[in-house]
Amino acid sequence: MKKNITIVLALIAVGAGFFFYSEKKQANGIKVGYITTLSGGAGIIGKQMQNAVKLALEHKGGKLGGRDAEVIFVDDQRKPDVAKQLVNRLIKSDKVDVIAGVIWSNLLMAIHKPVTRSKTLLISSNAGPSPLAGKQCHENFFSLSWQNDQTPEAMGKYLQDSGVKSVYLIAPNYQAGKDMLAGVKRNFKGNILGEVYTKLGQTDFQAELSALRAVAPPATMIFQPGGMGINFVKQWNQAGMEAVSKLHTVFSVDGVTLPALKESALGSISTQTWSPDLDTPINQKFVADYKARHNAYPSFYAAQAYDTILAIDHAVSKSGSTDTAKMRAVLAAGNIPTTRGPLKMNSNHFPIQNIYLREAVKDDDGIVTTKIISTVFTDHGDSYAANCKL
Amino acid sequence: MTLSLLLEQVFNGLQAGMTLFLVAAGLTLILGIMKFVFLAHGTQVMIGAYVAAAISTWSGNFYIGVLAAIPITFASGYLLEFLVIRHLYQRDHMDQVLATFGLILFFNELIRIGFGPAAIFSDLPPSLSGFVEILPNVPYPAYRLAVIIVGILLAIGIHLFVSCTKVGAMVRAGSSNPDMTAALGINIAILFRLIFATGACFAGIAGITLAPITAVQPGMGEPLLILSLVVIIIGGIGSVRGAFIAAILVGLVDTLGRVFLPAMLREIMVQSNADGAGPAIASMLVYILMAVVLVFRPTGLFPVKG
Repeated sequence: MKKNITIVLALIAVGAGFFFYSEKKQANGIKVGYITTLSGGAGIIGKQMQNAVKLALEHKGGKLGGRDAEVIFVDDQRKPDVAKQLVNRLIKSDKVDVIAGVIWSNLLMAIHKPVTRSKTLLISSNAGPSPLAGKQCHENFFSLSWQNDQTPEAMGKYLQDSGVKSVYLIAPNYQAGKDMLAGVKRNFKGNILGEVYTKLGQTDFQAELSALRAVAPPATMIFQPGGMGINFVKQWNQAGMEAVSKLHTVFSVDGVTLPALKESALGSISTQTWSPDLDTPINQKFVADYKARHNAYPSFYAAQAYDTILAIDHAVSKSGSTDTAKMRAVLAAGNIPTTRGPLKMNSNHFPIQNIYLREAVKDDDGIVTTKIISTVFTDHGDSYAANCKL
Repeated sequence: MTLSLLLEQVFNGLQAGMTLFLVAAGLTLILGIMKFVFLAHGTQVMIGAYVAAAISTWSGNFYIGVLAAIPITFASGYLLEFLVIRHLYQRDHMDQVLATFGLILFFNELIRIGFGPAAIFSDLPPSLSGFVEILPNVPYPAYRLAVIIVGILLAIGIHLFVSCTKVGAMVRAGSSNPDMTAALGINIAILFRLIFATGACFAGIAGITLAPITAVQPGMGEPLLILSLVVIIIGGIGSVRGAFIAAILVGLVDTLGRVFLPAMLREIMVQSNADGAGPAIASMLVYILMAVVLVFRPTGLFPVKG
């Protein structure tokens, strides 16, 4: 019996030791909760973001703003309810200083209120839904990516400026699909020859391609993220559509889909706020080290995740504190060092940035990647900032 | 809408139907003859696609990938039946649903561990990447035409096998009355295992044909499984002939519906309403078809007598 008590006491002692150790670490360190999708079909996106966050931490010697950093990765399974539970745990039991990540707009909408209300800093590495840029903007929320409309707006402007008279639009039949096409139409004033909404998760587009061939539009603009983009572009290529129409994409031909697409994506045009060949010192180092480690190009998701960690580092080191209000002031002032150069911040805490036109090309090693061909927008702010009262 | 476009879309529908048939052919026998609720049939599609894509890329020859993938999918079906499925025949249907749903999760995770979560590269064989003129000035991708031909040949093959051979007679007998068949001295256990493996192999062939045209990624077979269940219900559970007719029907209704319905709606209502309603109704069409068939033929179009 006595022996048992000894064991129990020993266990308590060890456990308490760990407890105090972690508490002590907390006192002069910084804790970041990084929420992304690591399981399911979109797991590859989360994996790339996780790789980029780890790389950023390594580049910073495991410290953010000179403090010992701990990043807790959590998997939201692409479910809003799971995301909500996870942030609750991160705030209440892990007591994180910053919550960052989030790929999907609907998940960001679900966690936005609980996080910002708890006075924890929330930084989006990807999602940028319009309500958070406009009426529901919040002082504790920042975007290190873009507002959803900006990228298709740039595509619309490019199509308009390059003298394309008519275009054929294809997107999945859900909110983001409709928003993307609306974004294109905001700046494109020519003819819309067709506006086709496909099923979310559709795998075979042959029927849509046959219909498109019959219309023979000079330009086609698609939004088909992830696996849908792989299917579409592959089948586009196999159907010999490049002889019929010129393919333009947003969020469909990128570092996530290109390894599966390879040559079939060559020549397709896209707009994006980032590209692996973007010539800034931070980006060159990021892309080179990421490629060396993972043997593949990073995607824009990875770049934005990397930028998110750099932003936290910048906020902590410049304010000398992990206090939300002080970090907030630093980030709101802009001039954040990122792969996209020093990033300016709009009044609604969304970036003001360039948007580039990119073409899928082969690099010197024969790997298919994207290359910037021109700048469509310089210092582009989103159209919702006026509705934000910060 | 021109006649040539309609013809092209009919071919698209046929091709989609053939892929569905390959998945449904084996599944209808598993459901009909073995009375076994098997949800992990999409997994066999995924295995076929992965093996074909990986070996094609590794060897640099599409056909080596195909030739390797066929026996491998047969073997994987055989092993799966031997290791897991045969222990579940005596359990009730809910247990079978749970266990085979677990198999879906298991295999998706296994593929993710083996090949990573990203879609892997796969491409058309150069010999089939061209076009065939199905009518003057109506080019059609050669590969998709080949898929239609393979589907029809396999359908004829199964039909001849089931109706003209001794093993086929056993299969038919097994589907009508398994207990009596066993009583006549036929080894039902082996028969079941071979049917299961053949069904898996057919689903594998569906995966092999899909590999060059769609994203080869974990979970790629599940959307097909749902449609092939619709096919089986429309065709009559256990009927290969029913699966063939129903697969073509579903392929045509789905393809023609989603292309022409939104355009037709645009004629009769405001553009923005039509854009919203069109794709939504088009994606429901196959289920409406299933409901209509069930109203008039509750056991499907070609019910198996038993």
